[in-house]
Amino acid sequence: MNLIGHYNYLVSIFLMMVGFFVVICRGNLIKKLIGLNIFSTSVFILYITMGKVAGGSAPIVMEGPGPHIYSNPLPHVLILTAIVVGVATTAVGLALTVRIKERYGTIEEDEIRQKDESL
Amino acid sequence: MSDHLILRIIAKMFIPFILLFALYVQFHGDYGPGGGFQAGVIFASALILYTLIFGLKTAMRVVSPTALRILAASGVLIYGGTGVVCMVRGGNFLNYSMLADTPLAGQHLGIFLIELGVGTTVFAVMVMLFYAFSGRKGPEV
Amino acid sequence: MTTPLTAHLPVLQVILPLLGAPVCMLTRSSRFNWLLTVLISWSTFAISLSLARQVWLYGPITYNMGDWCAPWGITYHIDILNAFVLLIVTGIAALVAPYARKSVQKEIESHRQAVFYALLLLCQAGLLGIVITGDAFNMYVFLELSSLSSYALIGIGKRRRGLTAAFQYLIMGTIGATFILIGIGLLYNLTGTLNILDLADQLNRHNLITTGNRTLITAFAFLTVGLSLKLALFPLHLWMPNAYSYAPSVVTTFLAATATKVAVYMLLRFCFTILGHGALFQMTLGKIILLPSLCAIFIASIVAIFQYDIKRMLAYSSVAQIGYMTLGITMATPLGLSAGILHLFNHALMKGLLFMTMGAVIYRVDSVYLSDFRGLGKRMPWTMAAFVVGGLSLMGVPMTAGFISKWYLVQSALECGWWPVAGLILIGSLLAVIYVWRVVETAYFNPDHELEQRSHEAPLSLLIPMWILVLANIYFGINSDLPLSMATRAAHLLLGGSV
Repeated sequence: MNLIGHYNYLVSIFLMMVGFFVVICRGNLIKKLIGLNIFSTSVFILYITMGKVAGGSAPIVMEGPGPHIYSNPLPHVLILTAIVVGVATTAVGLALTVRIKERYGTIEEDEIRQKDESL
Repeated sequence: MSDHLILRIIAKMFIPFILLFALYVQFHGDYGPGGGFQAGVIFASALILYTLIFGLKTAMRVVSPTALRILAASGVLIYGGTGVVCMVRGGNFLNYSMLADTPLAGQHLGIFLIELGVGTTVFAVMVMLFYAFSGRKGPEV
Repeated sequence: MTTPLTAHLPVLQVILPLLGAPVCMLTRSSRFNWLLTVLISWSTFAISLSLARQVWLYGPITYNMGDWCAPWGITYHIDILNAFVLLIVTGIAALVAPYARKSVQKEIESHRQAVFYALLLLCQAGLLGIVITGDAFNMYVFLELSSLSSYALIGIGKRRRGLTAAFQYLIMGTIGATFILIGIGLLYNLTGTLNILDLADQLNRHNLITTGNRTLITAFAFLTVGLSLKLALFPLHLWMPNAYSYAPSVVTTFLAATATKVAVYMLLRFCFTILGHGALFQMTLGKIILLPSLCAIFIASIVAIFQYDIKRMLAYSSVAQIGYMTLGITMATPLGLSAGILHLFNHALMKGLLFMTMGAVIYRVDSVYLSDFRGLGKRMPWTMAAFVVGGLSLMGVPMTAGFISKWYLVQSALECGWWPVAGLILIGSLLAVIYVWRVVETAYFNPDHELEQRSHEAPLSLLIPMWILVLANIYFGINSDLPLSMATRAAHLLLGGSV
């Protein structure tokens, strides 16, 4: 088990767990959204790491003779899409948070639940 | 923030360059990192900088919310429209080779139009988001 | 006879709603948007009928996007399972669209009504894209498209609890979708391809399934958990009761009848088509999903009995019905699998009908608490009759659609030798009797003490789609040849047969 060689994957899993913990264990709505973002970022690192070819350069066509080794461009494209999806999700989440703040007056989850139950 | 002299002058100097860089990133997506989404975000960030310095009302006179709504919808329609034109000219959906006389020219044109659509929509949506968030008044009484 | 138009039907199925949404954004008029939505929904239904007929007679259809062949390009692949789910989604959309006008006018503020239709079209496009595509990552993209529009649709109503419900759904749904993304990434890491049929081929060719490759098992663990979050399998169903009770009625009707079915379809695709026709599934994943399914049927039905908000009760009932679907799938025999797939269709009919009646009740009475149902049997006779038919279907009374799928489920449980499971299915039906009877009793047998102020029936535009579903429930209960044969062929296909 080559732990140091798999450094990228360890970082990815660490970020995944941090993000997941924040989503589950924090009651503030904004913190949950930030945790969700960290969680998504860990997946991006996982994909990009998978795309790296040993000795490969960035997947942009280079001029000049001879065979060039490029990293796999497909994971980069997939991650671009996933980043956009993450941005859109954060935007919808923040919009919902702003409207929740306007209607409830708070963004702490336990206070919101209290207000709902007291009615 | 428009009474801060340094901020105002630096913003005025930088915003044209940011816009130019956004256009560069948009059209050089084939040859380097770039493309529609990145360009749209950079373009939007120029407008957001303008809004931060000169105020929301002035920025809304420059780019009105109606114009943004039309731009956002048109970007998606440009993207879809390119695909439909490819279908009409005989290929499958989004088969760019059908757009021009040679497949190579068609591919160039196809990617250009697609990225243009994406860039327009992303720019419009980012600025709409900023307008929506910064235009809120605060908690209802 | 393939005219140029019919050759492009697979892509038109998704493009029509997808391009209809920005057109809805351009116009500010909710009337024009509603007409456009109705037009597009009916055209997508016509397209899916034509596609289903073509697949039934001639076999699977493949459409290469951009004329790039698989596995380099994204292909849309329609076989009998796809076509069946497409029929369900477009059928419900075609009925919800005319229903939406009056209901939206009642439940959503006027300046948001125009944008509502854009979101509805986007959600429809996303769901159709998930079903029709043959590329795993494309499935994820469309999944997120439909999910994001659902979050917005749930929060768009007037109730403030809709906002917190939408936020909770957003958090849980995004975690589920990210798990699915991780699963797809690991599968790509293993095989180098994203096309579903090619994934199955590669996994078979390199013998990765039978050797129990660790990456493969991890990928499927992530996929199963992510998909269970999306299809609200107990215990990951916590977002569903809130999301369904506090959303506008049109949204609840549409989502309850389509979103979870599409997630079940995704589970079937990943577990059967990619994982090699059920062998591995039956050994490992089947056992993992069995216990939550049984708990869902039993516990969700019991919780439904204690609810006073009837929409919430129906939401818990949905959780139980999803347990039936996944139970059919875990059996992984031809009979069990076709029972599960048939239940997708029947549940869409049942729950679509029931939530439409709730929308009509809200339109006239403004509330769906059990106490407000008093005397509704006399004042809104057509609506409550529709509710009774839906309830009978939910219980599984013969001559309604629900009976057919319950019958086949019990039969397949007995065939596997799982007697306790068969007993549990019957107990679930009895519990359904209890919670449906509460509403029927209050509506018909409790006199209304208040003045006869709100005394009309719901308007025709709400009643007609409702009664089309009532007739469909009864028709497919008496003569279920068509959906049953489609479900059986789909099960046969998934378990390794041809076409």
